[in-house]
Amino acid sequence: MKNFLTIEDLSRGELTSLLDLSDEFVEVLGRPIPKVPALRGRTVAMLFFEPSTRTRMSFERAAKALSADTMSFSPSTSSLSKGESLKDTALTIKAMGADALVVRHTSTGAPWRIEEWTGLPVLNGGDGAHQHPTQALLDALTIRQHFGSLDGLKVAIVGDIRHSRVARSDITAFTTLGALVTLVAPRTLLPVDLDGWPVRTARAIDEVLDSDVIYLLRIQKERGGASVLPSLPEYVSRFGLTWSRFTQMPSDSVVMHPGPMNRGVEIAPEVADHARSLVEPQVANGVAVRMAVLFRLLGGEATDV
Amino acid sequence: MSEIVLKGGQVVGPEGMDGQDVLIRDGVIVEIGASLEAEHVIDCTGAWVGPGLVDPHAHLREPGQEWKEDIETGSRAAAAGGFTAVVAMPNTDPAIDSGHLARYVSERGSDVGLVDVMPAGAITLGRAGTHLSHLDELWAAGVRLFTDDGDSVKDAGLLRLAMEYLSDLGGIVAQHAEDSTLTHGAHMHEGAVSARLGMRGMPALAEELIIMRDLALVELTGVRYHAQHVSTAGSVRLVDDAKQRGLPVTAEVAPHHLAFDHREIKRMDPAYKMYPPLRTEQDVSAVREALRSGVIDVVGTDHAPHAAAEKDVPFDDAPRGVIGLETAAAVVNEMVQLEPVAFFERLSVTAARLLGLARHGRWPEPGVPANLVVFAANETWTPQRFASRSENSPFRGRVMKGRVLATIHDGSVSYEAS
Repeated sequence: MKNFLTIEDLSRGELTSLLDLSDEFVEVLGRPIPKVPALRGRTVAMLFFEPSTRTRMSFERAAKALSADTMSFSPSTSSLSKGESLKDTALTIKAMGADALVVRHTSTGAPWRIEEWTGLPVLNGGDGAHQHPTQALLDALTIRQHFGSLDGLKVAIVGDIRHSRVARSDITAFTTLGALVTLVAPRTLLPVDLDGWPVRTARAIDEVLDSDVIYLLRIQKERGGASVLPSLPEYVSRFGLTWSRFTQMPSDSVVMHPGPMNRGVEIAPEVADHARSLVEPQVANGVAVRMAVLFRLLGGEATDV
Repeated sequence: MSEIVLKGGQVVGPEGMDGQDVLIRDGVIVEIGASLEAEHVIDCTGAWVGPGLVDPHAHLREPGQEWKEDIETGSRAAAAGGFTAVVAMPNTDPAIDSGHLARYVSERGSDVGLVDVMPAGAITLGRAGTHLSHLDELWAAGVRLFTDDGDSVKDAGLLRLAMEYLSDLGGIVAQHAEDSTLTHGAHMHEGAVSARLGMRGMPALAEELIIMRDLALVELTGVRYHAQHVSTAGSVRLVDDAKQRGLPVTAEVAPHHLAFDHREIKRMDPAYKMYPPLRTEQDVSAVREALRSGVIDVVGTDHAPHAAAEKDVPFDDAPRGVIGLETAAAVVNEMVQLEPVAFFERLSVTAARLLGLARHGRWPEPGVPANLVVFAANETWTPQRFASRSENSPFRGRVMKGRVLATIHDGSVSYEAS
């Protein structure tokens, strides 16, 4: 792998192989000393042009568990606030000796541009509302751990799909691995054109309570200065996973959320804390899949860890 | 002034083509015939010799944004593209909203002397959309086309006043049709590709709603109206319908809208970012057909230079616009395949008539001012470097069919291909 920009580049076989490698890193992370020397001497730079704590920490943890060094860039204290261009910033960090870049940016396609400019392996940590491929990997891994396979599973993705890079990446990963995906959202939060998307849609969460997985997205009432919902209570009434709705789901079904959660909005607090909520395993698996991707980008094709 | 002979070309007139030489002296065509000789001979074998091209829509960026382009580099680009007259859009800094600014632009054009630069005037002061600009002063300075290009005039009441005022003078109201309440935060066409990329889109309706409203105001006021860079099938239908109702309406299309659709954005390359954005395949077919049939009257390049560093950023962050003067003739030639007469009508004759440019858009014949282009419709070339100060062209590196061999402006060679 030369870079990891979009989940759309991956075949079912490649996805499966990355998940298999991730499973091995799950095992590594369970060891008394959860660290391997695979990337000793390599440097991974974190370029988070959009504020992020969780994802950046997860990548740092992954890099360090592979014994790589990390450098971190945050825009508020950086040269960007002094007017430096994105290109110059990227080239500067390359010149400092980074071997790979993890990039998060509010603009669609920014990681592609940075790859063009630097020629370094670039790992997309989320661009605009476009792609967040490591999130898709960790979500797929979490589902596979729980059910053994995604083949034939009914997965409902509920919430702000229009503005979600998580949804765009997950839809591709889940359907590539054989799941049946239904999108549930008010029209204002669905993509404007779903032609060619391998999904079905539903207009209320009550229509998908028979799902094996309900994947909830974070809801924000305002998007780009526009009000996309009449009110949060109205959203909850039609799309919130309340306790009473949760009790109507099959007993072996699960609930997922990429975080951070709005308890009481898209997810009821008692659902979030239930044993069938996979939110914590998702976070833990995030480290393992990011190790897998970094290993593939910097460590070659060897699978011996 | 020296004599020039354009030798061995196909001289295009309203009835078609004729293989003849064209002799130019003192700024005028003096003779068209066989075996003419002069000191300066331009070999036109196999090429069309027709009226110099006229662009109703170019951004020359002066005054205020000379790092992108100025009237000298813009004039050079225009000449290289076969143009002998261009209309300079008024979204400069300051905006061209008063007589002395308009005079500055046309005088700079004359000083450079490669192409006639006709300033367009802003409809509203500072293009701010709140007060009428100095319309009488602009008119007196030679402005014939009025537009807040880059933005629509949002306020229907204000636009109505401008239309009433300009209909007295005989001016043309030209509109960049974009309802900004539907395009806020958007960078590309709203459709399958924007949905996939998670980018906010500009719906076709944002363009069409403004044209709908404007046409109703044209009906009310009787002003001459020009729809700039029409990009959707719906806009084409609106213009067609208005013409059938007898409204004094014309429309233009930009070359890039004839060449590309929104699938180009999949690679998120800012070289393809412009407003209106690249639309769907159906829209591309519709604007091509409309240019062929004449529903769209003219080609306007919407030449919009930006410095390399400004475009070397992520797609969302890039300024909108692409250069177009130097590639327009080739793009139209390849994408629409017009007969030579129609080719020159769409790229020269009609725009000159519309703008009242009496020295331009004239079919070559003795006594006519020598504003001419020599265009080899079958010759291929690959644009790599540009006469423009900027290089933000989506056609860079692509093989183009149809090449400008020479441009004659006021009897002098303003461009000759090497």
